[in-house]
Amino acid sequence: MITLKIDGREINAEPGKTVLEAARENNIYIPTLCVNEAVAAYGACRLCMVEVTRGNRKRLVASCLYEVAEGLVVETRTERVVNIRRLVMELLLARCPNSSEVIEMARSMGIDSSRFQSEEDDNSCVLCALCTRVCREVVGKSAISLVGRGTNRKVALPFCEDTDACIACGSCVYVCPTGAIKMEDNGDVRRITWPSSTHEFKMKKCASCGSYFAPEKQISFMIQKTGLEAEKFDLCMNCRP
Amino acid sequence: MEELQKKRSRIMDSRPDVSTIAVCCGTGCQAFGGEKVAQAFREKIAESGLQNSVAIKTTGCHGFCERGLLVVIRPQNIFYQRVRLEDVDEIFNETVINGKIIERLLYITPDGSSKITSEEEVPFYKKQMRLIFGANGNIDPAEIDDYIAIGGYSAIAKVLSSMKPEQVIEEVSAAGLRGRGGGGFPAATKWKSTREAEGEPKYVICNCDEGDPGAFMDRSLMEGNPHSILEGMIIGAYASGSNTGFIYIRNEYPLAVKNAEIAIRQAEEYGLLGENILGSGFNFSVHINRGGGAFVCGESTALMASIEGKVGEPRAKYVHTSERGLYDRPTVLNNVETWANVPLIINRGSAWFASICTENSKGTKIFSLVGKINNTGLVEVPMGITLREIIYEIGGGIPDGKRFKAVLTGGPSGGCIPENLLDLPVDFDELTRVGSMMGSGAMIVMDEDNCMVDIARYFLKFLEEESCGKCVPCREGLKRMRQILDDICEGKGEESHLELLEEMSAAIGDGALCGLGQTAPNPVLTTLKYFRDEYISHIVDKKCPAGVCKALISYHIVNENCTSCRLCVKKCPVGAIEFVDKKIPVVIHQDLCTKCGACKETCKFNAVEIR
Amino acid sequence: MPEISVKNETLNCILDRYKRDRGQLISILQDIQAEYNYLPREAVKFVSSELGIPLSQVYSVATFFKAFSLQPRGRHTIHVCMGTACHVRGAAQILQQMENETKTCCGETTKDGKFTLESVNCVGACALGPVVVVDGEYAGQMTVNKVKPLLEKYD
Ligand SMILES: Cc1cc2nc3c(=O)[nH]c(=O)nc-3n(C[C@H](O)[C@H](O)[C@H](O)COP(=O)(O)O)c2cc1C
Ligand code: SF4
Ligand code: FES
Repeated sequence: MITLKIDGREINAEPGKTVLEAARENNIYIPTLCVNEAVAAYGACRLCMVEVTRGNRKRLVASCLYEVAEGLVVETRTERVVNIRRLVMELLLARCPNSSEVIEMARSMGIDSSRFQSEEDDNSCVLCALCTRVCREVVGKSAISLVGRGTNRKVALPFCEDTDACIACGSCVYVCPTGAIKMEDNGDVRRITWPSSTHEFKMKKCASCGSYFAPEKQISFMIQKTGLEAEKFDLCMNCRP
Repeated sequence: MEELQKKRSRIMDSRPDVSTIAVCCGTGCQAFGGEKVAQAFREKIAESGLQNSVAIKTTGCHGFCERGLLVVIRPQNIFYQRVRLEDVDEIFNETVINGKIIERLLYITPDGSSKITSEEEVPFYKKQMRLIFGANGNIDPAEIDDYIAIGGYSAIAKVLSSMKPEQVIEEVSAAGLRGRGGGGFPAATKWKSTREAEGEPKYVICNCDEGDPGAFMDRSLMEGNPHSILEGMIIGAYASGSNTGFIYIRNEYPLAVKNAEIAIRQAEEYGLLGENILGSGFNFSVHINRGGGAFVCGESTALMASIEGKVGEPRAKYVHTSERGLYDRPTVLNNVETWANVPLIINRGSAWFASICTENSKGTKIFSLVGKINNTGLVEVPMGITLREIIYEIGGGIPDGKRFKAVLTGGPSGGCIPENLLDLPVDFDELTRVGSMMGSGAMIVMDEDNCMVDIARYFLKFLEEESCGKCVPCREGLKRMRQILDDICEGKGEESHLELLEEMSAAIGDGALCGLGQTAPNPVLTTLKYFRDEYISHIVDKKCPAGVCKALISYHIVNENCTSCRLCVKKCPVGAIEFVDKKIPVVIHQDLCTKCGACKETCKFNAVEIR
Repeated sequence: MPEISVKNETLNCILDRYKRDRGQLISILQDIQAEYNYLPREAVKFVSSELGIPLSQVYSVATFFKAFSLQPRGRHTIHVCMGTACHVRGAAQILQQMENETKTCCGETTKDGKFTLESVNCVGACALGPVVVVDGEYAGQMTVNKVKPLLEKYD
């Protein structure tokens, strides 16, 4: 066990844990946007910045990536930290003026408005890359990725239309912290709307009750992954014995 | 090892004292027809049957690009500048054959008082200390024998035959060699940490991404003397325990790629790269990776991602790349110029190297001196020299009698230094202290016609375009800062904007993930600090004092000067200038004028002014 | 402009040049671009499947780096240097004049497919600034009035 101090409190953490993990285990709040246990930390939103002192060196680090160390002193609410968070939230508010999640988050940090002019197009993607990371690290398909660079960056399919690799599982939809990817099931089609395009996928019909219960491509993927016989996937959850 | 010595003697013996015509074929001179001139000389030599007594050498950049194309005749050391294809016949017949000097091609001192015959006497070169860069003018980069003849690869022979890796690290550490790519991190410290880190294989990388717009010393070194860089890398690899190296070269530098490829092949043929180098048992191979046109790929982790074939996106470096770098293995990354310094340190000793110095900065540094300066080019100077000496004594001051305004060092991460700080010694720490930095070594000189708000906006725009887009403060923040500067330049600024810019600068500097974002606010901060009055003029008086920001200026005819010659009327691309009568000055219709400046450029009578 | 049809032989030859090393993805794409003047979609897909890199990742790389174009380009590529040294000597005016003369925006190709106009951040010929590079040929010390005569040299 390692002993460190966060905001004056002495706490213990296992070696290899990040400062963010250690803080959460001890109910110390640090805001985050781009973190999710399902995938590796990425360090892009910069909301989780904290000030750490080790020896006589003080620096600002992203707590989602910075590992605990013996004797480390962490401060989560210094003036510099607060200024970064404030700027990040104001920037995101201007980028996604209509995202209730972003507005809510900003409000919880005491920020009601942004000094920057709101973006015109309706966009609630904050480019945290959780969707693309889940697709790659968890689903293993890499169907979507971050395309372009800098301010032109966006989440997209290859050539904004190539759905070959996508199994329509919807993981990206569930993981998105701001609801920027939409999904809708309607009869035999599932429609997914990414920030750059919308696509439809065929659903599979339950052999017993006739309801559409999962995308065909996802079923094929599961058959291939699990090595089970195809018939095992003929029935929906309700009709399974 | 002895073999290398023998080879050197053999090379020297096989080179009788012929006269040599050295033609600069660096990129700058190439634009004036370097290769064509060399070819013309070759034909002349062949025609006159003098193949055995006159040699032609195409060299890399000599640094004095302003005066290109440069031709030097040896052994007399006659230095001709601004040579054109038409001059080849005369140079060959008069100088090479008859030994006569062609006065018209000599360098004339700016005051016009004297003509200078030899390269060393030209004021531009006189104050320099060309330890790294000097060889460029003497060797053909495509000939390994040329490099060996000037003592090349003797450092690697010395290292492999008589030094342990730890001793090499010790020596480089004692020399105080700090990285020349920007950060100024001690090179030996990185080597040591990679040597001691766990994990195999270990890698060494040479950073020739040189994305700083306005810097071209790495290019000129890689193009002009690639073997010196290879030699440095072999020594570094030996010291840090690596057998594989990469040279990452910017996409825009095809000649550097070509010359590096040739150099690697030749070094392999000579047993200086590959298995069992010089019979020592040490193996080392080098590969070239080309960049894809992204400034951020100069950053260490982005560069490594790019070598792995991935998007050049930086990642946090809480564990140093010297421990976990390329493919997660210990990796040494150094800049081109840093590597080129290594053989010098080994050959001449750390004590000698450390004696050229200031307290914390040792050796020389190459700068590209560009912008509003008489002697544009590459200059290599000892650390500690003042900015004033560089700009006025080497650079020859500001052209057209204009007034100096600022010099920008450190590129997009650096800052603008005003006149009252010109006596600052050039040294890593001094430049940082005034809010700028050494950076890769671009020195951009600006005069009274440059608008400092525009310069700050220029860099923000550059960085906004080059931001990888990963982290929020940089991606979104730089865009917003640039928009504010756009507003100011268009006369829509407010005084409160200045504080907002300062506040954003601090938060972005603290919050951004990599060096690009962290240092991006520097040009804004330094211009705000040293040239705040210019911002105020834009905001309060709605004026651009330098006459640059389009929305705040207009073009006018100075009636007394106008001769109604109609040149501008013909040149104006939008027909905004009206000719009324021979005796009446022309008229600019402001509603049509797009402020392209063609009229001002064309007018021979100084009759167009900016207000 | 229509997509070019690609030859698998050509692509295989490029892939073999780099021993089908995934780490050489950027160099491979560069060689393909040199061959076709842009990255045809079929070629991008071919590289993805041959190297076993997901298409989305190859596409990310192809869109991240400025050197790559996914659209066919003009017969001549004009690069206007916007490096700092050129900027302080008036590169912005040169670019604007280029846009006026070619009637196209920076980053785009003229309707007749003659020119692609791009800006570049420093070509390392700062002493000659402002610099324009057309098909690899440098034109230095540019002025607004030199733009038209320069373009007239190309057809
Ligand atoms: C955005 C950015 C761009 C950089 N570009 C370069 C570059 O073009 N060339 C270079 O040598 N170093 C560049 N660096 C610095 C490198 O990250 C690294 O520190 C350097 O190559 C290490 O070599 P050195 O210690 O020999 O200087 C850059 C850094 C950042 C943050
Ligand atoms: S600071 Fe800019 S360039 Fe660096 S990681 Fe963040 S977005 Fe990318
Ligand atoms: S949670 Fe650490 S940077 Fe987003």
